[in-house]
Amino acid sequence: MGRAGADARATVGALTCQDRLFARESTAPLPVPSPHPYLSSPQFVPYPYPYAYRRSQEQHVTETALDAALFIRWMQAAAALVDREAERLTELDSPIGDADHGSNLQRGFTSVAKALESEPPAAPGAVLTTAGRQLISTVGGASGPLYGTLLRRAGKALGDAPGVTAEELQAALRGGVDAVAQLGGSAVGDKTMLDALAPAVEALGTSFADAAEAAEKGAVDTTPLQARKGRASYLGERSIGHQDPGATSSALLFAALAEVTA
Amino acid sequence: MSAETAAGKGPDGGPEALVGIVLVSHGKAVAESVAELAVGLAGGNAKAPVTAAGGTPDGGLGTSAELITKAARTVDRGAGVAVLVDLGSAVLTVKALLAEGDELPEGTRLVDAPFLEGAVAAVVTASAGADLDAVASAAAEAYSYRKE
Repeated sequence: MGRAGADARATVGALTCQDRLFARESTAPLPVPSPHPYLSSPQFVPYPYPYAYRRSQEQHVTETALDAALFIRWMQAAAALVDREAERLTELDSPIGDADHGSNLQRGFTSVAKALESEPPAAPGAVLTTAGRQLISTVGGASGPLYGTLLRRAGKALGDAPGVTAEELQAALRGGVDAVAQLGGSAVGDKTMLDALAPAVEALGTSFADAAEAAEKGAVDTTPLQARKGRASYLGERSIGHQDPGATSSALLFAALAEVTA
Repeated sequence: MSAETAAGKGPDGGPEALVGIVLVSHGKAVAESVAELAVGLAGGNAKAPVTAAGGTPDGGLGTSAELITKAARTVDRGAGVAVLVDLGSAVLTVKALLAEGDELPEGTRLVDAPFLEGAVAAVVTASAGADLDAVASAAAEAYSYRKE
Protein backbone atom coordinates (compact mmCIF):
# COMPACT_ATOMS: atom_id res chain seq x y z
CA MET A 1 0.00 0.00 0.00
CA GLY A 2 2.84 2.35 0.94
CA ARG A 3 4.65 1.64 -2.30
CA ALA A 4 1.57 2.27 -4.34
CA GLY A 5 1.19 5.69 -2.75
CA ALA A 6 4.85 6.59 -3.08
CA ASP A 7 5.08 5.55 -6.72
CA ALA A 8 2.18 7.71 -7.77
CA ARG A 9 3.71 8.20 -11.22
CA ALA A 10 4.03 4.49 -11.90
CA THR A 11 1.56 3.03 -14.31
CA VAL A 12 -0.98 0.55 -13.15
CA GLY A 13 0.73 -2.08 -15.24
CA ALA A 14 3.95 -1.61 -13.26
CA LEU A 15 2.28 -2.46 -9.96
CA THR A 16 2.89 -5.87 -8.54
CA CYS A 17 0.07 -8.16 -7.87
CA GLN A 18 0.22 -7.38 -4.15
CA ASP A 19 0.25 -3.62 -4.72
CA ARG A 20 -2.88 -3.92 -6.76
CA LEU A 21 -4.50 -5.95 -4.07
CA PHE A 22 -3.98 -3.23 -1.46
CA ALA A 23 -4.19 -0.11 -3.61
CA ARG A 24 -7.31 1.90 -2.92
CA GLU A 25 -8.71 4.63 -5.10
CA SER A 26 -10.59 6.33 -2.27
CA THR A 27 -8.93 7.77 0.85
CA ALA A 28 -12.18 7.50 2.82
CA PRO A 29 -11.79 5.51 6.07
CA LEU A 30 -12.49 1.84 5.81
CA PRO A 31 -15.75 0.76 7.35
CA VAL A 32 -15.35 -0.64 10.85
CA PRO A 33 -17.45 -3.73 11.40
CA SER A 34 -19.89 -3.05 14.23
CA PRO A 35 -20.11 -5.62 17.04
CA HIS A 36 -23.10 -7.87 17.05
CA PRO A 37 -25.88 -6.33 19.17
CA TYR A 38 -25.96 -9.48 21.32
CA LEU A 39 -22.53 -8.61 22.69
CA SER A 40 -23.87 -5.50 24.36
CA SER A 41 -27.16 -7.05 25.45
CA PRO A 42 -27.64 -7.93 29.13
CA GLN A 43 -28.11 -11.57 28.11
CA PHE A 44 -24.53 -11.80 26.93
CA VAL A 45 -22.19 -13.56 29.33
CA PRO A 46 -18.64 -14.33 28.22
CA TYR A 47 -17.81 -17.96 27.71
CA PRO A 48 -17.23 -20.23 29.55
CA TYR A 49 -18.04 -19.59 33.25
CA PRO A 50 -20.64 -16.94 33.85
CA TYR A 51 -20.48 -17.31 37.64
CA ALA A 52 -16.71 -17.03 37.78
CA TYR A 53 -16.87 -14.03 35.51
CA ARG A 54 -19.36 -12.26 37.73
CA ARG A 55 -17.28 -13.12 40.81
CA SER A 56 -14.17 -11.71 39.23
CA GLN A 57 -16.05 -8.50 38.47
CA GLU A 58 -17.23 -8.25 42.08
CA GLN A 59 -13.76 -8.90 43.42
CA HIS A 60 -12.41 -6.22 41.17
CA VAL A 61 -14.74 -3.73 42.83
CA THR A 62 -13.89 -4.77 46.39
CA GLU A 63 -10.17 -4.76 45.58
CA THR A 64 -10.23 -1.08 44.67
CA ALA A 65 -12.06 -0.02 47.85
CA LEU A 66 -9.39 0.72 50.44
CA ASP A 67 -10.64 0.82 54.01
CA ALA A 68 -9.45 2.27 57.31
CA ALA A 69 -7.86 -1.03 58.36
CA LEU A 70 -5.67 -0.98 55.27
CA PHE A 71 -4.68 2.64 55.90
CA ILE A 72 -3.72 1.73 59.47
CA ARG A 73 -1.62 -1.15 58.14
CA TRP A 74 -0.04 1.31 55.69
CA MET A 75 1.02 3.65 58.50
CA GLN A 76 2.25 0.72 60.62
CA ALA A 77 4.28 -0.61 57.69
CA ALA A 78 5.71 2.89 57.18
CA ALA A 79 6.64 3.03 60.86
CA ALA A 80 8.38 -0.36 60.57
CA LEU A 81 10.30 0.72 57.46
CA VAL A 82 11.35 4.03 59.04
CA ASP A 83 12.46 2.09 62.09
CA ARG A 84 14.53 -0.26 59.94
CA GLU A 85 16.03 2.53 57.82
CA ALA A 86 16.45 5.17 60.55
CA GLU A 87 20.20 4.80 60.69
CA ARG A 88 20.54 5.12 56.93
CA LEU A 89 18.31 8.21 56.88
CA THR A 90 20.39 9.88 59.57
CA GLU A 91 23.56 8.92 57.71
CA LEU A 92 22.24 10.55 54.53
CA ASP A 93 21.34 13.61 56.61
CA SER A 94 24.84 13.91 58.07
CA PRO A 95 26.80 15.44 55.18
CA ILE A 96 24.04 17.82 54.00
CA GLY A 97 21.70 18.20 56.99
CA ASP A 98 21.78 18.14 60.75
CA ALA A 99 21.96 14.36 61.13
CA ASP A 100 18.59 13.90 62.78
CA HIS A 101 16.22 12.84 59.99
CA GLY A 102 16.17 9.16 60.93
CA SER A 103 15.69 9.64 64.65
CA ASN A 104 13.14 12.43 64.11
CA LEU A 105 10.99 10.34 61.79
CA GLN A 106 11.41 7.29 63.98
CA ARG A 107 9.99 9.23 66.93
CA GLY A 108 7.21 10.61 64.73
CA PHE A 109 6.09 7.34 63.18
CA THR A 110 6.37 5.46 66.46
CA SER A 111 3.86 7.88 67.93
CA VAL A 112 1.70 7.57 64.78
CA ALA A 113 1.56 3.78 65.20
CA LYS A 114 0.76 4.16 68.90
CA ALA A 115 -2.02 6.70 68.31
CA LEU A 116 -3.61 4.52 65.62
CA GLU A 117 -3.41 1.46 67.83
CA SER A 118 -4.97 3.05 70.89
CA GLU A 119 -7.80 4.69 68.95
CA PRO A 120 -8.19 3.16 65.49
CA PRO A 121 -10.10 5.62 63.26
CA ALA A 122 -13.05 4.27 61.26
CA ALA A 123 -12.32 6.11 58.00
CA PRO A 124 -9.20 6.22 55.79
CA GLY A 125 -9.31 10.03 55.88
CA ALA A 126 -9.25 10.03 59.67
CA VAL A 127 -6.27 7.65 59.70
CA LEU A 128 -4.28 10.13 57.62
CA THR A 129 -5.31 13.22 59.60
CA THR A 130 -4.46 11.49 62.88
CA ALA A 131 -1.09 10.42 61.50
CA GLY A 132 -0.41 13.91 60.17
CA ARG A 133 -1.26 15.51 63.47
CA GLN A 134 1.10 13.15 65.31
CA LEU A 135 3.93 13.90 62.89
CA ILE A 136 3.54 17.67 63.25
CA SER A 137 3.52 17.34 67.04
CA THR A 138 6.34 14.88 67.56
CA VAL A 139 8.96 14.98 64.81
CA GLY A 140 10.71 18.19 65.88
CA GLY A 141 12.35 18.83 62.50
CA ALA A 142 11.13 20.30 59.22
CA SER A 143 9.98 16.87 58.02
CA GLY A 144 7.27 16.89 60.74
CA PRO A 145 5.21 19.77 59.39
CA LEU A 146 5.95 18.70 55.81
CA TYR A 147 4.82 15.05 56.18
CA GLY A 148 2.09 16.20 58.56
CA THR A 149 0.73 18.59 55.96
CA LEU A 150 0.90 15.92 53.25
CA LEU A 151 -1.14 13.44 55.29
CA ARG A 152 -3.53 15.92 56.89
CA ARG A 153 -4.40 17.58 53.59
CA ALA A 154 -4.92 14.19 51.93
CA GLY A 155 -6.95 12.94 54.91
CA LYS A 156 -9.22 15.98 54.81
CA ALA A 157 -9.82 15.46 51.10
CA LEU A 158 -10.89 11.84 51.72
CA GLY A 159 -13.39 12.95 54.36
CA ASP A 160 -15.46 10.43 56.31
CA ALA A 161 -15.90 7.86 53.55
CA PRO A 162 -15.44 4.33 55.01
CA GLY A 163 -13.74 3.18 51.80
CA VAL A 164 -11.89 4.99 49.05
CA THR A 165 -10.71 4.00 45.60
CA ALA A 166 -7.13 4.17 44.40
CA GLU A 167 -8.16 7.09 42.20
CA GLU A 168 -9.56 8.98 45.17
CA LEU A 169 -6.39 8.31 47.13
CA GLN A 170 -4.33 9.58 44.21
CA ALA A 171 -6.35 12.80 43.98
CA ALA A 172 -6.12 13.33 47.74
CA LEU A 173 -2.36 12.77 47.80
CA ARG A 174 -1.94 15.06 44.82
CA GLY A 175 -3.58 17.81 46.90
CA GLY A 176 -1.26 16.89 49.77
CA VAL A 177 1.82 17.15 47.57
CA ASP A 178 0.67 20.58 46.35
CA ALA A 179 0.27 21.67 49.97
CA VAL A 180 3.80 20.45 50.77
CA ALA A 181 5.18 22.39 47.80
CA GLN A 182 3.38 25.50 48.98
CA LEU A 183 4.45 25.12 52.60
CA GLY A 184 8.10 24.62 51.74
CA GLY A 185 8.05 27.02 48.80
CA SER A 186 9.76 24.36 46.74
CA ALA A 187 9.32 22.58 43.43
CA VAL A 188 10.37 19.30 41.86
CA GLY A 189 14.11 19.44 41.15
CA ASP A 190 15.01 21.34 44.33
CA LYS A 191 16.40 18.14 45.91
CA THR A 192 13.59 17.70 48.41
CA MET A 193 10.98 15.09 49.30
CA LEU A 194 8.91 16.43 46.38
CA ASP A 195 11.33 14.72 43.98
CA ALA A 196 10.07 11.36 45.25
CA LEU A 197 6.48 12.30 46.15
CA ALA A 198 5.46 13.94 42.87
CA PRO A 199 6.41 11.07 40.50
CA ALA A 200 5.04 8.53 43.00
CA VAL A 201 1.62 10.15 43.13
CA GLU A 202 1.49 10.33 39.33
CA ALA A 203 2.42 6.63 39.09
CA LEU A 204 -0.37 5.74 41.52
CA GLY A 205 -2.63 5.95 38.46
CA THR A 206 -0.97 2.77 37.21
CA SER A 207 -0.37 0.70 40.35
CA PHE A 208 0.87 0.86 43.92
CA ALA A 209 4.00 -1.05 42.93
CA ASP A 210 4.73 1.46 40.17
CA ALA A 211 4.27 4.31 42.64
CA ALA A 212 6.81 2.75 45.00
CA GLU A 213 9.23 2.27 42.13
CA ALA A 214 8.77 5.85 40.92
CA ALA A 215 9.38 7.18 44.43
CA GLU A 216 12.55 5.11 44.81
CA LYS A 217 13.81 6.28 41.43
CA GLY A 218 12.95 9.88 42.31
CA ALA A 219 14.93 9.59 45.54
CA VAL A 220 17.98 8.08 43.83
CA ASP A 221 17.79 10.74 41.12
CA THR A 222 18.22 13.53 43.70
CA THR A 223 21.91 12.60 44.05
CA PRO A 224 23.26 14.79 41.20
CA LEU A 225 20.97 17.70 42.11
CA GLN A 226 22.03 20.82 43.96
CA ALA A 227 19.87 21.56 47.02
CA ARG A 228 17.82 24.71 46.77
CA LYS A 229 15.78 24.36 49.97
CA GLY A 230 16.44 23.71 53.62
CA ARG A 231 19.69 23.53 55.48
CA ALA A 232 21.35 21.61 52.63
CA SER A 233 20.95 24.65 50.37
CA TYR A 234 23.55 26.54 52.45
CA LEU A 235 26.10 24.06 51.11
CA GLY A 236 25.50 25.12 47.51
CA GLU A 237 27.42 22.92 45.09
CA ARG A 238 28.73 20.76 47.90
CA SER A 239 25.22 19.32 48.25
CA ILE A 240 25.71 17.63 44.86
CA GLY A 241 26.51 13.92 45.05
CA HIS A 242 24.40 13.17 48.10
CA GLN A 243 21.00 11.50 47.99
CA ASP A 244 18.34 13.63 49.66
CA PRO A 245 17.22 12.15 53.01
CA GLY A 246 13.67 13.56 52.69
CA ALA A 247 13.18 12.06 49.24
CA THR A 248 14.54 8.77 50.62
CA SER A 249 12.04 8.67 53.48
CA SER A 250 9.25 9.63 51.06
CA ALA A 251 10.10 6.53 49.07
CA LEU A 252 9.67 4.47 52.25
CA LEU A 253 6.12 5.80 52.61
CA PHE A 254 5.26 4.49 49.15
CA ALA A 255 7.15 1.25 49.65
CA ALA A 256 4.94 0.69 52.69
CA LEU A 257 1.80 1.37 50.64
CA ALA A 258 2.89 -1.11 47.98
CA GLU A 259 3.67 -3.66 50.70
CA VAL A 260 0.21 -3.56 52.30
CA THR A 261 -1.68 -3.53 48.99
CA ALA A 262 0.31 -6.35 47.36
CA MET B 1 9.78 25.15 78.42
CA SER B 2 7.55 28.16 78.03
CA ALA B 3 8.06 30.75 80.71
CA GLU B 4 5.82 33.75 80.77
CA THR B 5 7.95 36.79 81.35
CA ALA B 6 5.26 39.46 81.43
CA ALA B 7 1.54 39.34 82.01
CA GLY B 8 -1.01 41.27 79.95
CA LYS B 9 -3.71 43.31 81.57
CA GLY B 10 -7.33 43.62 80.63
CA PRO B 11 -10.14 41.09 80.49
CA ASP B 12 -10.40 38.59 77.65
CA GLY B 13 -11.45 40.38 74.48
CA GLY B 14 -11.89 43.65 76.35
CA PRO B 15 -10.66 47.00 75.08
CA GLU B 16 -7.49 46.77 77.15
CA ALA B 17 -6.55 43.31 75.87
CA LEU B 18 -3.02 43.21 74.54
CA VAL B 19 -1.61 41.21 71.67
CA GLY B 20 0.30 38.19 72.91
CA ILE B 21 3.74 37.35 71.60
CA VAL B 22 5.28 33.91 71.15
CA LEU B 23 8.96 33.51 70.33
CA VAL B 24 9.83 30.22 68.63
CA SER B 25 13.42 29.09 68.26
CA HIS B 26 15.26 25.81 67.67
CA GLY B 27 16.97 26.40 71.02
CA LYS B 28 15.32 26.81 74.40
CA ALA B 29 18.03 29.21 75.59
CA VAL B 30 17.77 31.33 72.42
CA ALA B 31 14.01 31.76 72.70
CA GLU B 32 14.17 32.58 76.39
CA SER B 33 17.09 35.01 75.98
CA VAL B 34 15.40 36.85 73.14
CA ALA B 35 12.24 37.13 75.23
CA GLU B 36 14.25 38.46 78.13
CA LEU B 37 16.09 40.94 75.90
CA ALA B 38 12.90 42.20 74.23
CA VAL B 39 11.15 42.68 77.55
CA GLY B 40 14.26 44.30 79.01
CA LEU B 41 14.65 46.73 76.10
CA ALA B 42 11.00 47.74 76.42
CA GLY B 43 11.96 49.09 79.82
CA GLY B 44 9.31 49.24 82.46
CA ASN B 45 6.61 49.37 79.82
CA ALA B 46 6.67 45.72 78.77
CA LYS B 47 3.06 44.89 79.54
CA ALA B 48 2.33 42.55 76.63
CA PRO B 49 2.43 38.85 77.46
CA VAL B 50 5.55 37.28 75.98
CA THR B 51 6.33 33.57 76.02
CA ALA B 52 9.27 31.60 74.71
CA ALA B 53 8.77 28.26 72.94
CA GLY B 54 12.24 27.00 72.25
CA GLY B 55 13.64 23.58 71.45
CA THR B 56 11.95 20.25 71.91
CA PRO B 57 10.07 19.18 75.08
CA ASP B 58 13.07 17.07 76.14
CA GLY B 59 15.36 20.10 75.94
CA GLY B 60 16.98 19.23 72.61
CA LEU B 61 17.36 21.40 69.51
CA GLY B 62 14.33 21.53 67.24
CA THR B 63 10.76 22.74 67.08
CA SER B 64 7.88 21.53 69.18
CA ALA B 65 4.31 22.02 68.03
CA GLU B 66 3.24 21.15 71.54
CA LEU B 67 5.29 23.94 73.16
CA ILE B 68 4.18 26.45 70.51
CA THR B 69 0.52 25.61 71.03
CA LYS B 70 0.88 25.81 74.79
CA ALA B 71 2.71 29.14 74.56
CA ALA B 72 0.11 30.65 72.22
CA ARG B 73 -2.70 29.67 74.57
CA THR B 74 -0.79 31.13 77.52
CA VAL B 75 -0.41 34.60 75.95
CA ASP B 76 -3.82 34.75 74.26
CA ARG B 77 -5.83 37.61 75.78
CA GLY B 78 -8.33 37.72 72.94
CA ALA B 79 -6.52 40.39 70.93
CA GLY B 80 -4.56 37.97 68.79
CA VAL B 81 -1.17 36.32 69.08
CA ALA B 82 1.91 37.31 67.08
CA VAL B 83 4.30 34.39 66.55
CA LEU B 84 7.91 35.16 65.67
CA VAL B 85 10.15 32.32 64.54
CA ASP B 86 13.81 31.75 63.78
CA LEU B 87 14.21 29.44 60.77
CA GLY B 88 13.55 26.13 59.03
CA SER B 89 11.28 23.82 60.96
CA ALA B 90 10.17 26.65 63.26
CA VAL B 91 8.70 28.46 60.24
CA LEU B 92 7.22 25.30 58.75
CA THR B 93 5.72 24.06 62.01
CA VAL B 94 3.87 27.31 62.72
CA LYS B 95 2.72 27.51 59.10
CA ALA B 96 1.48 23.90 59.20
CA LEU B 97 -0.35 24.50 62.48
CA LEU B 98 -2.02 27.59 61.02
CA ALA B 99 -2.92 25.98 57.69
CA GLU B 100 -4.19 22.59 58.72
CA GLY B 101 -5.02 22.56 62.36
CA ASP B 102 -7.24 24.13 64.96
CA GLU B 103 -4.73 23.88 67.80
CA LEU B 104 -3.70 27.54 67.85
CA PRO B 105 -6.02 30.19 69.34
CA GLU B 106 -8.07 32.24 66.92
CA GLY B 107 -6.24 35.34 65.76
CA THR B 108 -2.82 33.71 65.87
CA ARG B 109 -0.53 35.00 63.14
CA LEU B 110 2.92 34.10 61.92
CA VAL B 111 4.81 37.40 61.69
CA ASP B 112 7.36 37.69 58.91
CA ALA B 113 10.16 39.48 60.74
CA PRO B 114 13.78 39.06 61.82
CA PHE B 115 13.66 37.09 65.04
CA LEU B 116 15.45 39.32 67.54
CA GLU B 117 14.80 42.77 66.08
CA GLY B 118 11.22 41.80 65.31
CA ALA B 119 10.70 40.55 68.86
CA VAL B 120 11.83 43.86 70.33
CA ALA B 121 9.57 45.85 67.99
CA ALA B 122 6.63 43.54 68.66
CA VAL B 123 6.94 43.71 72.46
CA VAL B 124 7.21 47.50 72.44
CA THR B 125 4.22 48.06 70.14
CA ALA B 126 2.05 45.37 71.70
CA SER B 127 2.76 46.81 75.16
CA ALA B 128 1.60 50.20 73.90
CA GLY B 129 -1.76 48.63 73.12
CA ALA B 130 -1.34 48.31 69.34
CA ASP B 131 -3.55 45.80 67.53
CA LEU B 132 -2.25 42.66 65.79
CA ASP B 133 -1.86 44.38 62.39
CA ALA B 134 0.21 47.17 63.91
CA VAL B 135 2.34 44.75 65.92
CA ALA B 136 2.96 42.63 62.82
CA SER B 137 3.95 45.57 60.65
CA ALA B 138 6.21 47.04 63.33
CA ALA B 139 8.00 43.71 63.59
CA ALA B 140 8.23 43.36 59.81
CA GLU B 141 9.64 46.88 59.54
CA ALA B 142 12.70 45.66 61.38
CA TYR B 143 13.75 44.09 58.05
CA SER B 144 14.27 47.57 56.58
CA TYR B 145 16.74 48.67 59.24
CA ARG B 146 20.14 48.34 57.53
CA LYS B 147 23.32 47.96 59.50
CA GLU B 148 25.77 49.34 56.99
